[in-house]
Amino acid sequence: MSIDESTAARVAKLARIKVEPEALPALAGEFNTILGFIEQLNEVDIDGVEPMTSVTPQVLKRRADVVTDGDQQAKVLSNAPDAREGFFAVPKVVE
Amino acid sequence: MSKLNELTLSAARDALRAGETTSKELTEACLGAIEGAGALNAFVHHTPEIALERAAAADARLANGDAPAMCGLPIGIKDLFCTKGVASQAGSRILEGFLPEYESTVSQNLADAGAVMLGKLNMDEFAMGSSNETSTYGNAVNPWRRGNDDAQLTPGGSSGGSASAVAADLCLAATGTDTGGSIRQPAAFTGTVGIKPTYGRCSRWGIVAFASSLDQAGPMTKSVRDAAIMLEAMCGHDPKDSTSADLPVPNFEAALNGDIKGKKIGIPKEYRMDGMPEEIETLWQDGIAMMKDAGAEIVDISLPHTKYALPAYYVIAPAEASSNLARYDGVRYGHRAKLDQGDGITEMYEKTRAEGFGDEVKRRVMIGTYVLSAGFYDAYYNRARRVRTLIKRDFEQVFAQGIDAILTPATPSAAFGLGEMTDADPVAMYLNDVFTVTVNLAGLPGIAVPAGLDKQGLPLGLQLIGQPWAEADLLCVAHVLEQAAGFVAKPAKWW
Repeated sequence: MSIDESTAARVAKLARIKVEPEALPALAGEFNTILGFIEQLNEVDIDGVEPMTSVTPQVLKRRADVVTDGDQQAKVLSNAPDAREGFFAVPKVVE
Repeated sequence: MSKLNELTLSAARDALRAGETTSKELTEACLGAIEGAGALNAFVHHTPEIALERAAAADARLANGDAPAMCGLPIGIKDLFCTKGVASQAGSRILEGFLPEYESTVSQNLADAGAVMLGKLNMDEFAMGSSNETSTYGNAVNPWRRGNDDAQLTPGGSSGGSASAVAADLCLAATGTDTGGSIRQPAAFTGTVGIKPTYGRCSRWGIVAFASSLDQAGPMTKSVRDAAIMLEAMCGHDPKDSTSADLPVPNFEAALNGDIKGKKIGIPKEYRMDGMPEEIETLWQDGIAMMKDAGAEIVDISLPHTKYALPAYYVIAPAEASSNLARYDGVRYGHRAKLDQGDGITEMYEKTRAEGFGDEVKRRVMIGTYVLSAGFYDAYYNRARRVRTLIKRDFEQVFAQGIDAILTPATPSAAFGLGEMTDADPVAMYLNDVFTVTVNLAGLPGIAVPAGLDKQGLPLGLQLIGQPWAEADLLCVAHVLEQAAGFVAKPAKWW
C-alpha cells in the first residue's frame, strides 16, 4: 500500500498538524518507508488470535459513583495560554 | 571515601546512617558536579533550592532516627514526570512554560521516601527516540568517548539525560521511563543499570503519556543493588492509575542473595541477528558462561515471533501516541501559535501543533492517525494487536517450561555518534530497540546490566528478562551477572 501526497495531506489534516505543500513529497516518502517496514506483519498467521486489549489480565476496580474532586478552577486554568473570566478562551468557533 | 557525588545509593545511604556525611554535603557535591557539566546537557531544569530544602529536611529526619529508604539521597528526575511547580516539558516545545499543579505518583513516592530532587533531565521529545536527538533542549551527550576521539556520542534515548547524568556522577541515580527500550538502551550505552518493571508495577499517573499500554517508569542507577532500592521506593498501587497493580511490593534488596543455583536461564535463538557485531555475540557468550559458572542451567529457547515485535510496536505505539497527544491543542496548557487575521480554531490547532511538535513526534502522530483511520484500522492496528498476543504467548510458553529468566544482548551496538543517523531513514533508528521492545509488548520486567567494553572502550550491556511480577528474582540474577562481569570502568572526565 503506497501513500501519495494527497493521502499524506489528508493524514496531516486528520492529525491537525499543518504541513506546507512543499513538505508533502518527503513526508509521503517517510510514511512509505515506515509502512513498508510494518507490512512484515502480513507474514504472520493470526487466524483465531484475539487482539490484545490488556497486557496484564486484570479487572478494573470500581468505586462509589460520587464526586471525589473539584473546586479547582484556578489550578485548572493556571497553565492556559488564554484564560478569561474563569474560562479557556479560543478563537471564535461559531460565525 | 570517593567523592560524594560518585557514591552509589547504597553507599551514600550507609554513610548517612553512620553519620559520616550529611544529605546537605551529598546534595552540594551533586549540585557542583551538575554546574560543571553543562557540556553534557543532561540537566535541563535545575532546582537547587528545592534540593537544599529537601536535604535539610532529610538531615533532620536522619538525626531523629526517622529515615525512610531513600532519605537524603540526591537524584535526577526525567522531564517526562510532572513535578509540582517545576517545569515539566517532556522535552517538547509544545509544553513550554507548563508548570504542573500536581506531582506524579512516582516522584511523590520518591519524595516520600526522602529522596532529594536535583532537577529535571533531558530526554527525547515525548520519549520518542533512541538517541536523545529529538529533544527541544538539544542533544544530551554521553560522558563516554571512543578512546581519545573527541566525537560526541549519544547517551541513547529516550532517557538520555538520565543515563548521562548517572554515568557522569551528576546524581546518585535518576528516574527513567521505558516504552520500547528507553531505560535499558541508554543504560547499556552508558555503563549503568536500568530496570523496566512489569507493566503496572509503577503508577503512570502524572507521567506525560506516550503509549499508555507500554509505558513504565523505572530507576537508572550505578548498581543492581541501587536499582532494587530505588525501584521499591518508586512502585506500589495507586488508585489514580487504573492499570496500576494492587499487589504487595516485595523487599527487592533482600532478594539479592547471590544464589542462582539451579535457575533456568533461557537463551533465545531469535536474538542472534544477521549482521550483529561480533563483539555483541562475544559479550553474550561471556554472559552465558558467567551464568553457568554461578550454577544456573542454560537452556536454548525459541521466541518465534521476535522478528515481528518492532513492526507491531511501530503500529501500536504511534496509534496510542496519536490519541494521547491529541490533548496538545493550544487551549489548556503549553504553547499556542500566534494566529493570523481570520484564523479560526482549526488553524489554531494546526499551527500550534506544527510549531510545538518536532519532526519525529509529528511523524509518529501522523502514522498513528493513519493506522487508526477508517479502512486501515483492521489491516494495521488490529493486526498488530493480534501479533502482540502472539509475542506475549511466546514468552508464556517458555516460562511454562520452567525458564526463570532470559539472557539477551541489550542493544545491537555500542553508543553511536550524535548526528551519525541523521541521514538514515527513520526505520534504521528504530532498530536500536530490537532486543528491548518485545519486553514492553509482553508487559514483562527487563533489566540492562553493564557487562563489558568494546574495542573502542565503550560500554556494552546485557539484558535479563523476567517473569511478570518477578522483579525480585530478576534483580537477584542481575546482581549475580553484575558481580561476575565486574564492570567498574568509568568515563574519563573531559566535560
